[in-house]
Amino acid sequence: MFTMTPTIMRNLLNPPATRRYPTVVRPPFENARGEIVNDIQICTFCGVCAVKCPSQCITVDKKSATWTCNPFACVYCGVCAESCLSGSLHQKNDYRKPVREKTMIVLQGEIIKKEVKSHEPADVPQE
Amino acid sequence: MIVSDIPVCPENIVGETAKIKVEGYRFVTLTCVELDETRVDVLYHFDRDYQMKHLRMTVLKDTPIPSISPVYFAAFLVENEIQDLFGIRFQGLAIDYDRTLYLAEDVKAAPFCKYVVLKTSATLNTPGENPS
Amino acid sequence: MTKTIIPFGPQHPVLPEPVHLQLTLQDEVITEAIPAFGYVHRGLEKLAEIRDFQQMIYVVERICGICSMIHAMCYCQGLEEMMGIDVPPRARFLRVIWSELHRIHSHLLWMGLFADSFGFESLFMQCWKIREKILDIDEATTGNRVVISVNVIGGVRKDLNAEQIHWILSELKDVEKETLRLETTIMTDYTVKKRTVGKGVLTRQQAYELGLVGPVLRASGIAQDSRMLGYAAFNEIDFAPVVETDGDCYARCKVRFREIFQSIDLIRQAIAKMPDGELAVKVKGRPEGEVVSRVEQPRGEVFYYIKANGKKNLERVRVRTPTFANVPALLAMLPGMWLSDVPVIVLSIDPCISCTER
Repeated sequence: MFTMTPTIMRNLLNPPATRRYPTVVRPPFENARGEIVNDIQICTFCGVCAVKCPSQCITVDKKSATWTCNPFACVYCGVCAESCLSGSLHQKNDYRKPVREKTMIVLQGEIIKKEVKSHEPADVPQE
Repeated sequence: MIVSDIPVCPENIVGETAKIKVEGYRFVTLTCVELDETRVDVLYHFDRDYQMKHLRMTVLKDTPIPSISPVYFAAFLVENEIQDLFGIRFQGLAIDYDRTLYLAEDVKAAPFCKYVVLKTSATLNTPGENPS
Repeated sequence: MTKTIIPFGPQHPVLPEPVHLQLTLQDEVITEAIPAFGYVHRGLEKLAEIRDFQQMIYVVERICGICSMIHAMCYCQGLEEMMGIDVPPRARFLRVIWSELHRIHSHLLWMGLFADSFGFESLFMQCWKIREKILDIDEATTGNRVVISVNVIGGVRKDLNAEQIHWILSELKDVEKETLRLETTIMTDYTVKKRTVGKGVLTRQQAYELGLVGPVLRASGIAQDSRMLGYAAFNEIDFAPVVETDGDCYARCKVRFREIFQSIDLIRQAIAKMPDGELAVKVKGRPEGEVVSRVEQPRGEVFYYIKANGKKNLERVRVRTPTFANVPALLAMLPGMWLSDVPVIVLSIDPCISCTER
């Protein structure tokens, strides 16, 4: 009898276990796996991330130097950032914020000079 | 553990399973592996004191297999699953969902087959069939 | 007496997962129960054809949210055996720690849902509040709360440092203390006993013949636990299965409570015995052959059959999840019970339908 009462009393006297979320945000853990960011200046468009990604949410086009990621298909496993050869991909420790519309992350890099020059003039502006 | 198996055929599968049950084995599951356009491997897994025993049966896709659910009742669920996913039919199921466990009623295809299967409603029953 | 057929699920207030039971009733007593599935079949086994064997680790992890790490561990162990890889000792101990953390949080989650099934809402909240501590440990050490993705073929991806280990031990002490407090509540409460004792009884013989696994089997008096196989580092840790003999819902609850304390003890042992060393070995080549791998999940034994033919993609990955093996228990337990006991009995096997259908 009344075995739950001490627990209930303790809960009554202690502060709530939950937070008032949008106003009170807990700082993220140091190595939490959050959003993926690509430093497009360093990216060599080798395509390793696109090959390794288990959810196949990354597309890399070497010719036009674009790196595209679908953040809504991403499972945040961190394999791409771990396998990135140039060190341009890394993961933030904060999660992606909710949005109203689904959008793709499209990053336009500089076309590497010795790449097929005749194919396309290298005047694509950076985004 | 690497699979080392005992070959069986549709004629003696129920007998073999009954023997295994008498030996005190626990039913684990069935596995269906597609080999090519016409053949599949059906593996039966049993366990006793952490030691596993595997039976392997290579059958044609359109040959109905006798169900082992009269021996091990629990087998009805996995046999129904294989029926759904690979299009192989089991005879004498304790509870037969008739390919509606996972699939809708009107689906005729076998979604887990890599090779296209031509479903014939009147299955070619070849009782003497015992491949490999 | 007229027969009535009542559909239970797929959407039901106490069952968070879509399973449909067609219950035939005579008055208020169930005479027959037929389960129906097919609401969450995702065909993850089929994905092995288009994802390579390294990517499949992250696919199999998503078969079940609650036992995610253990699915990946089972898959990796299978491939490691096939490819003849020796996992470094530290990685094996880390696998034990994370898998036992998963067991604790799965059992606490179940405990909450079980309390909810007989209307004990405050207990439900209390269980999930404790569980949050474990999820925080997961997030701080691996980066994710539930699907922690730490396994790779040949080892693990993350390490624990001394500071984290110290913190884990102090958190576990809190978890142990609070769970103990809940145990006295749930196991001695008059109402809880009224709703669980003698409900859904499975005899030892029945449980064995139906091929049940996990706490459901152990509550019926059979000491079958795949951890006895000594995978990961379980062969170097003092371990014996938890067994109860009554075979009813109360016994299943008791088994799970005792397993929480056992898991805490196993983590402490693993931390004490964990050697230093590397985390993973390099994997060369591609798998070829057939392998069967089994590990113990919170819900019971999971079974993997993997067939590879030396290509990048595996030929077949077959997963027999614990709930799949435990569904026949429902058909044996429900007849003869009252309609009002259905939620309690169904939840007592800890059903995970996403697991079952994959």
